[in-house]
Amino acid sequence: MSYIRKPKFQHPDLQTNDLGFTRRDYEGTLTTLCGGCGHDSISAAIIQAAAEMSLEPHKVAKISGIGCSSKIPSYFLSKSHGFNSVHGRMPSVATGANLANKNLHYVGISGDGDSASIGLGQFCHIVRRRINMLYIVANNGTYGLTKGQLSATADLGSKTKAGDESLYDNIDMATLAIELGASFVARSFSGDKQQLIPLIQAGLTHKGFAFIDVVSPCVTFNNTDLSTHGYKNTWENYVSLGQIDFVPMRKEITTSYAAGKDKEITLHDGSVIHLHKAGKNYDPSNKENAIHHINTHKNNGEIATGLLYINQSNSDFHELQDTVDKSFNELSFHDLCPGNETLQEINHTFK
Amino acid sequence: MPELVTSTKVNTLPKINDFVIKFANVNGSGSASANNMFAKAIFRMGIPVSPHNIFPSNIQGLPTWYEVRVSDNNYLGRREGVDLMVAMNEQTIDSDINSIVSGGFALYDSSKPLSDKLIRDDVHYLPIPLKDICLTEFDKPSQRQLFKNIVYVGALAAFINIDFKVLTDMVSDQFRGKEKLILPNIHALELGHQYASENFKCPLPLTLEKRNLTSDKILMDGNTAIGLGCVYGGATIASWYPLTPSTSVVDAFDKYCKRLRRDPGSGKNKYSVVQAEDELSAIGMAIGAGWNGARAFTASSGPGVSLMQEFLGLAYFSEVPVVLFDIQRVGPSTGMPTRTQQGDLLTCAYASHGDTKQILLFPSTPKECFEFAADSFDIADRLQTPVIVLSDLELGMNEQICDHLNWDDQRRYDRGKVLSEEQLSEIENYGRYQDIDGDGIPYRTYPGTHPSKGSYFTRGSSHDANAAYTENGDIYAEIMDRISLKFKTALDYLPEPEISSFNSHKLGLIYLGTTTSAIQETLDKLLKQGIHVDTMRLKAFPFHKSVKDFINDHELVYVVEQNRDAQLKSLLKIECNANEEQMYSILSYNGVLITAQQIEQEILCSLSSTEKTEDVSA
Repeated sequence: MSYIRKPKFQHPDLQTNDLGFTRRDYEGTLTTLCGGCGHDSISAAIIQAAAEMSLEPHKVAKISGIGCSSKIPSYFLSKSHGFNSVHGRMPSVATGANLANKNLHYVGISGDGDSASIGLGQFCHIVRRRINMLYIVANNGTYGLTKGQLSATADLGSKTKAGDESLYDNIDMATLAIELGASFVARSFSGDKQQLIPLIQAGLTHKGFAFIDVVSPCVTFNNTDLSTHGYKNTWENYVSLGQIDFVPMRKEITTSYAAGKDKEITLHDGSVIHLHKAGKNYDPSNKENAIHHINTHKNNGEIATGLLYINQSNSDFHELQDTVDKSFNELSFHDLCPGNETLQEINHTFK
Repeated sequence: MPELVTSTKVNTLPKINDFVIKFANVNGSGSASANNMFAKAIFRMGIPVSPHNIFPSNIQGLPTWYEVRVSDNNYLGRREGVDLMVAMNEQTIDSDINSIVSGGFALYDSSKPLSDKLIRDDVHYLPIPLKDICLTEFDKPSQRQLFKNIVYVGALAAFINIDFKVLTDMVSDQFRGKEKLILPNIHALELGHQYASENFKCPLPLTLEKRNLTSDKILMDGNTAIGLGCVYGGATIASWYPLTPSTSVVDAFDKYCKRLRRDPGSGKNKYSVVQAEDELSAIGMAIGAGWNGARAFTASSGPGVSLMQEFLGLAYFSEVPVVLFDIQRVGPSTGMPTRTQQGDLLTCAYASHGDTKQILLFPSTPKECFEFAADSFDIADRLQTPVIVLSDLELGMNEQICDHLNWDDQRRYDRGKVLSEEQLSEIENYGRYQDIDGDGIPYRTYPGTHPSKGSYFTRGSSHDANAAYTENGDIYAEIMDRISLKFKTALDYLPEPEISSFNSHKLGLIYLGTTTSAIQETLDKLLKQGIHVDTMRLKAFPFHKSVKDFINDHELVYVVEQNRDAQLKSLLKIECNANEEQMYSILSYNGVLITAQQIEQEILCSLSSTEKTEDVSA
């Protein structure tokens, strides 16, 4: 628990971004998670991602469910509003929030218990509805806060610290998201900041539903050699599509990337994702290919990571609902109330 | 030629504008629109009328009834006993014929002979060969089926004197844009009218006389009124999951939004209706929207409200405004999905685990459905908590006569204590749950308002006045106490009960919602016997002090409600510390609207037993 207040001291030489903010302006409260928890690396990655892309902190809304993962929003962007809702129901709260104000960035943080078990139904439907948000699952294959039960993402045969073996096939959140129509699906590892940060930046910029399944080891209950969600297994069986760079729209595309050697994906606002190495030969716009890629590696005991799938032609929820440009929470009385004269006309239809 | 089989054993006293006509049909046979037309025609003749649908949870083939009460006295509740039965359903004809009052009438399709066992010697029979008429007159199979219903409406017009022009005007109104259908419908009406006039002595001793008692009234169902009230109340988001009998709330909201909430310039929508995957998601979306500053609601019924309990606790404890319309049906469990009950009072009053309490509103007419729907958003915003509007199937799905809806154009929405960017800039230390004004209501901010001030973390876990997580029991208790204080403040924003008093201080009667339809009739019946009963109609929970005063002011208080377990009486005991001995429950839970006869009988019964007791003790 945060019994210790975070010092407010800032080193005078801290770098500032385009908005004049330092990295400290994107931090949250001190973490209360276990030392070495993968989730803290996710917070750190979000902080760095947001700071680098000069996101206005107060224009972000952070929403989570319940569990260790759902504590994460406390630990980044304390100038943003946060909502720690009920177990497995973050998607519905995020959907309502997004409907109320289309002009904020929405970051949903959930876990494998929260999204793959109790909230699997809500997860499926938020994907279908194409809510414009970044949805991160901090996936450790276990229920940390209740002391180490297996979760639905634990691979068949994976063992917890207590020696419990997973007897059932796992739910793969990335393939599920692709199947259900998510338009941006990535997988990463909390230990691979180089890959995770640009994925977060791209996910935040992507118009539509962006999903990142982040393998994030539970150091206390599920970090054994026999766990497929521990550090050892993940490092050993990690297959990356290669380095990714995210170039925000307002920056000129720098010359540090050799033209022609990388694969470039331009997002709707002009931002660019560069895929290096293996990634440049991978076609992330092909759904079947993406699922095949994930499953092939899974069959080899490997974890496929990187930007697995992207489709930029989908309409988001507000476009499907054809909502006005103004946010619903800014509509005035005059925008909303038809007045008494109209009501009297309506009375006459009930005569 | 068939003739009116007149019973010789019973005299039928003439009844003018005071009777019950019931239609027994098979559902899915197209009877609903014909029956609605019948009731509306009476309304248009200026006569008070109240139709009640008693329908199955089924799409086709099961029994359905439509009961129409006509009353010059404005007694618009249900009344047992049928004066004229339109017996169109062979599955139920035995019990249907049995339910006719002595001296009443039975209209039936005589294309097939009526079984001897269905002949009662105290009932008059009105045989009409509906099927044969339609076979001769109409070519299409679908018309042959559908027009049987229109033919009997035409016949009824002759039997009870419905203004025929009112009927033909209604057909023209109904099929505007589908002109091809007008003539065959009018033809069907004429066929029935002609057959009845030629074969029976018309009108029967049950007759309608034109009045001018409905000119300032409308005939509307409660769910439509709620949907419209949500439009006027500024709701922009309806998230819901289909559930009888609440579905038509969202249907109405959607319908009026399509007309009234499209931006004239862009054609884009100033509203959104989201069909959720379940009721958990439905209320979750509404809470997310409420947190983010839009007015949002969901509509459901008992089974859905059960699913919403956890979220209602979150909204209570984290203080997020949200509106829930519970159109109650018969529970427990799936219960009787298409029958009415007031069975969710307790589950809503204290919805969710832990120490919780919810704001409840109890509309009793479509006009109140409209008004309370609009008001509920102001109340939820002002108090930063869920508001549950408790209607029921009877009010929600049946058309009912009520006064015109009105809107005060001077009125503005009360968005409650929400800080703007400018206000935040002037505040030194903002804390989401600080009680600055001493009324228990803290100040909130919408996400994205201010670059550096006013952000906070909303959570259902224990928090301090600055919204930070805490496991300090004293701080937790302080927050819980402040929320209690907020619920005392709530009384300033909730409608007071309606009291009607003879100042007798002896007998009182407390009721709410659709029980209202039986109350005036009950009081009139009792008054004729010299019994004065003061009444109090509740409109909201938590209860105002006047509720406790009313109970204390009377020797005996009848608590009339439509559930088995006397839930309202329990609430009065808990909240008003009311004496058990002082309250007398009158309960109805058979799924249909409580009647004045039942209430009167139980009151008389209680009084006679009290007298007996007094005699013995004397």
